[in-house]
Amino acid sequence: MAFISGVGNTRYGKIDGCTTMGLAAEAAHAALDDAGLRPKEIDGLLTGYATTMPHIMLATVIAERLGVRPAYAHALQAGGATGVAMAMLAKILVDSGRCRAVLIVAAENRASGQSRDQAIQTLAQAGHPDYEVPYGATIPAYYGLLAARYMHQFGVTDVDLAELAVVMRRHAGRHPDAHLRAPISRDDVMASKPIALPLRLLDCCPVSDGGIAAVITREPTAAAKVRIRGAGQAHFHQHISCARDWADMGAKASADRALADAGMALGDMRYLAVYDSFTITLAMLLEEIGFVRRAGAGEAAAAGRFDLTGDLPLNTHGGLLSFGHCGVGGGLAHLVETQRQLAGRAGERQVRNATTGFVHGDGGVMSSHVSMVLERV
Amino acid sequence: MTETISLSTDPIARRWWADVAGGRIGYERCADCGAAQFYPRGHCTACGSRRVETQYAAGTGTIFSITVVHRPPSPALQPFAPYAIALVDLDEGVRLMAHADPALAIGARVRAGFTSFGGRVVPRFAAE
Ligand SMILES: [Zn+2]
Repeated sequence: MAFISGVGNTRYGKIDGCTTMGLAAEAAHAALDDAGLRPKEIDGLLTGYATTMPHIMLATVIAERLGVRPAYAHALQAGGATGVAMAMLAKILVDSGRCRAVLIVAAENRASGQSRDQAIQTLAQAGHPDYEVPYGATIPAYYGLLAARYMHQFGVTDVDLAELAVVMRRHAGRHPDAHLRAPISRDDVMASKPIALPLRLLDCCPVSDGGIAAVITREPTAAAKVRIRGAGQAHFHQHISCARDWADMGAKASADRALADAGMALGDMRYLAVYDSFTITLAMLLEEIGFVRRAGAGEAAAAGRFDLTGDLPLNTHGGLLSFGHCGVGGGLAHLVETQRQLAGRAGERQVRNATTGFVHGDGGVMSSHVSMVLERV
Repeated sequence: MTETISLSTDPIARRWWADVAGGRIGYERCADCGAAQFYPRGHCTACGSRRVETQYAAGTGTIFSITVVHRPPSPALQPFAPYAIALVDLDEGVRLMAHADPALAIGARVRAGFTSFGGRVVPRFAAE
């Protein structure tokens, strides 16, 4: 069995003078303290990548910095799905008996470590270098294409998308470490400046600095007993121009594998953590996986179903849209919040009866999907 | 004029863009199974054959999706903004990204033209 025995994070936002390694160390120490473990007790270390610190072996850089000498260590890359992918591999390592305690850590000074133009340019490289990037496409443009088509195909409106941004911001207002906490209204979202129409500024997540970590162990090491019950993946394409069926991007295939692995059903999930780099991302994932009907995410948000007291409490930390997006750590934050909810440690954000949780990470442009089912034991 | 965004060193891609500069949009068709594909790869993703041939599209198709970019990825491209990027389903059965008339809607019938963008000739679709 694999337990998420400790979690920790830095605050997310613009943090003057921070470095990727400094953020990684701060988050890792917090997670180790939370798990009640010392660095020498860690025998596995996984990390992702940092656009501001390209490196050929980031995991051992972090291990050395922390004083960890793992029996298993390397970096993973699955875009925004990397965080959940690290947790899935940690579970595999622990279940196989290869490791007892795996530290997964993600950090990047993505906001302050580079100029805004550099960030936009680096991220645009997620597109095809020869058949997409030369058109001056950006990440918001790829998602703008997604939004335009999906809205056309299923009748989603910009009001629907705005409702999702409003809920994420409301949630972030209750998290002291969130990047964006000031409340916003539906009208604020729709009046925000166009980025890649139909997407506007407040449909997009911010670029943040931040670090976050978790410790996955074979036995529970702390009071929190949150078990990873199942996981799954699906990867249907890399580039948006090669996605075939836009009603079947891989999210459902990934979720179905995770649920089958866990021996549970969608209806058993009491807490949801779903990747939300843009409002359209969140709508498409919730709808394809089947938590709400097609074109139903906006109405569910407006009806309060994603609130703390709703039947589908979602991203109570504020998600990428408001807690913030520091790269790999953006998607790992969904998992960390789920652990806190299931452990009953979410403070004023606590959802009642959060006994099971579903986490979904999405990398690229609906390209890489990793899903995970957690339960309180 | 130098190109703002460089291509990779892939010779297939360089040939494709040279064709575009000459006013032609290439795609690949498999000599073994007949499947059409874009982008060109030098092998068939349907059957694995290495026998693929370059063919040229008539230039007509349908807008699958379209977005308008207000904030380009680099300051050098700012003079071109706002510009529309579309996914176009060509009548030959392949989909490609290209520039397009921002006034176009999804489902519009279009025909390829060519325009200069960031120091390079790129396909740009307008109403048929
Ligand atoms: Zn073939």
